[in-house]
Amino acid sequence: MHVTSPVREPLIQGGKTYADVTEDICRHVEGKPTKEWKIAFGISLLVLAYGTCCLAWTWWEGLGVWGLNKTVGWAWDITNFVWWVGIGHAGTLISAILLLFRQKWRTSINRAAEAMTIFAVICAASFILMHMGRPWMAYWALPLPNAFGSLWVNFNSPLVWDVFAISTYFSVSLVFWYIGLIPDLATIRDRATSKVSRFMYGTFAMGWDGSAKTWSRYEYISLILAGLSTPLVLSVHTIVSMDFATSVIPGWHTTIFPPYFVAGAIFSGFAMVQNLMLITRVVYKLEDYITLEHIETMNKVITLTGSVVGVAYITEFFIAWYSGVEYESYAFINRATGPYWWAYWAMMTCNVISPQLFWSRKLRRSITFTFFISVIVNIGMWFERFVIIVTSLHRDYIPSSWAMFSPTRYDIGDYIFSFGLFFTLFLLFSKYLPVVNMAEVKAVIRSTSAQLPKKIAGVAKVRQREAAAPLFNKDIE
Amino acid sequence: MAELSGKYLVGVYDDDDTVLHAVPKLRKAGVKIQEVYSPFPIHGLDDALGHPRTRIGIAAFMFGVTGCCVALTLMIWTMGIDWPMIIGGKDSISLPNYIPITFELTVLFTAFGMVITFFISNGLGPGTHFHERFDARATDNKFVMAINLGRNSMSEDEISRALRDSGAEEVNIKQF
Repeated sequence: MHVTSPVREPLIQGGKTYADVTEDICRHVEGKPTKEWKIAFGISLLVLAYGTCCLAWTWWEGLGVWGLNKTVGWAWDITNFVWWVGIGHAGTLISAILLLFRQKWRTSINRAAEAMTIFAVICAASFILMHMGRPWMAYWALPLPNAFGSLWVNFNSPLVWDVFAISTYFSVSLVFWYIGLIPDLATIRDRATSKVSRFMYGTFAMGWDGSAKTWSRYEYISLILAGLSTPLVLSVHTIVSMDFATSVIPGWHTTIFPPYFVAGAIFSGFAMVQNLMLITRVVYKLEDYITLEHIETMNKVITLTGSVVGVAYITEFFIAWYSGVEYESYAFINRATGPYWWAYWAMMTCNVISPQLFWSRKLRRSITFTFFISVIVNIGMWFERFVIIVTSLHRDYIPSSWAMFSPTRYDIGDYIFSFGLFFTLFLLFSKYLPVVNMAEVKAVIRSTSAQLPKKIAGVAKVRQREAAAPLFNKDIE
Repeated sequence: MAELSGKYLVGVYDDDDTVLHAVPKLRKAGVKIQEVYSPFPIHGLDDALGHPRTRIGIAAFMFGVTGCCVALTLMIWTMGIDWPMIIGGKDSISLPNYIPITFELTVLFTAFGMVITFFISNGLGPGTHFHERFDARATDNKFVMAINLGRNSMSEDEISRALRDSGAEEVNIKQF
C-alpha cells in the first residue's frame, strides 16, 4: 500500500479500478489482430524478407560485398552494432535503475521498453555475426578448448569481454523481463476462453497463483535483479567502448569513452522508447496509462543524457588539442572539416542542439514534437558511431593509404534486415503479450488515481484514515 | 503451489487495504489463515500472515560467489597454466584484465541461480498450471483468503462470520 503526496499528478489517469486495468491491457491480447496491425506486420515481414536476401548473399559471397577496404575495415557493421546495443540500454535502465530509485512512473513503460531492449540486443548480435563473415565459426569466440591444440581465447581482449558482456546482458534482461511477465500471463490464462490460449499462456505462466509468499519472494528477487542489472547495463556499453578505447587509433584511444558511450546509449534508448510508446499508446488506446507526464519525464532524461553527450564531444575535442599529440588533433580536425564534415555536423546538430529544445515545457509536452526529436536523436546517434568509426579510420598514419568509404547495396540491405527483424519481433510482442505491466500498474493506481483528488486547492483532502496517520511517500513496512 | 487437499473456506475481498487489515484481526480472533492470493504484491502482507522472511538472498549470494570463482579459475587456468601467453609484455596472469569477465559471470550465475531457486521454492514450472486454484479472480481484481478448515479448531460458521466481519464480500467453500 502506497500513498503519494496529493500535490503530485496521478500517474495513471481516468480513475481506473483494478478490473479496468486488466480489461484495458488484455483487450488487444485477447482480440483478433486489427487491420492496422496486419498491415504493419506485413510491411515488416517484407522488409525482413528483403534484408534476409541481402544477408544471405553477404554470407554466401563473403564480406567483399560490403564497401569495406584496406583502410576502412569497420564501417556500417560496427556502427549498426553499437547503435543497436545503445538502443538496448533504455529498457533495463527503466526497469532496473528506476526501480532502485523508486520511480513509480516506470511501471507503465517498463514492459515495452524491456521488450525493445531484448529485440535491439538481438539486432546488435546479428551484426556481430555478420561482421565475422563466417558466422558458423562464431563459437570460436567462446572459451572452448581448441581442436588444433589447447589454445584458448585471449581473455585480455575487449572483444572477448564483449562476448561475455553482450550474452550476459541479453540473458539477464530476458530473465528479468520474463519474471515480470509471469503474473500478467497468469491473468491472461485465468481469463482465457479458448483452450489453446489457456494452454499456451498457462504453460508460460508456470502455475503462478499470486500467493503472498510468492509475491514477497518475487519482489525480493526483482530488487536483486535490478541491483544486478544496474551495474550490468553500465558495464555493457563500457566494454563496447573499450573495443575502441584499448586500441591505439587516434580518436579512439581515449579514457572518456566509457561514460560517454553509456550516456549516449541511454540517450538513444530513451528516444527509441519514445518512438515506440507514442505509437503504441495511440494504437492500443493507452493514453490513460502512458500520459503526458511520462512523455515529459522521458524527455527530461533525453535532455540530461543529450547534454552529457554534448559535454563529452566538446571535452574530446579539447583534449585532442590539449594533449599536443599531432595525430590526435588531426583526427578531430579531420572529423569537423574533412571530407566527412557533414556526418560530424549532422551528429552535432542532432545530438547536442536538438535535445536542448526540450528546455521549453511546451515543446517537451508536445507529442508530435517529441516524436520528431526522438527520430532526430536516433539519426544523430547513428552518425555519432559512424563518425567515431569511419572518420577515425579513413585517414590513418600514411597519407598514401587514405581512403573513403561508401556503402554498397549490401551494407544498406543488412541494416534494413535489422529493422525488419526488430519491428517484426516488436509487433509480435505487442499483439501477443500485454504491453503494460498490469500487476505493477495495479500496485500504483491506488496512490495515484481513484482515491485522491486530482487537483489540490489549498489543504490536501486525503482520506480520513490517512489524515489520522499520514503516510506520504512511505511504504508501510 | 503445493498440492492442496481438504476443505477450505475462501474469503473474497475487493480491496487490498481491507485484506491487509483483515489479516491481523482474524489471526487475533484465532483463525489460522493458510494463504492470501492477490493480483499484485501487498507490502506488509507476508509479515501480517507470519510468513518467515525469504532466504533467497543467501542463495543468490552463494551463486554469485560460485560465478566469481568459476570465472577466475577459468581465466587463470587457461591463460596462466594450460597455455601461458604473454600479450603486450604483460604477465600471463594479469588480474585487472580479468575483472570484466569475472563481473559478467558473477552477475550471470547470480541471476540464473536465483531465478531457478525462485521457481523451485514456489513450485512454479511448466505443467503446474493444471493445479486447481481457489479463485481465478485473484489474478484480476480480487484478493482471496484461503482457510483450511481441517487445520482450524473453530467451526465453519464462526470462521465464515469472522471473514464477513473483516470485510469479505463473498465467502465460498472449496473442496479439493
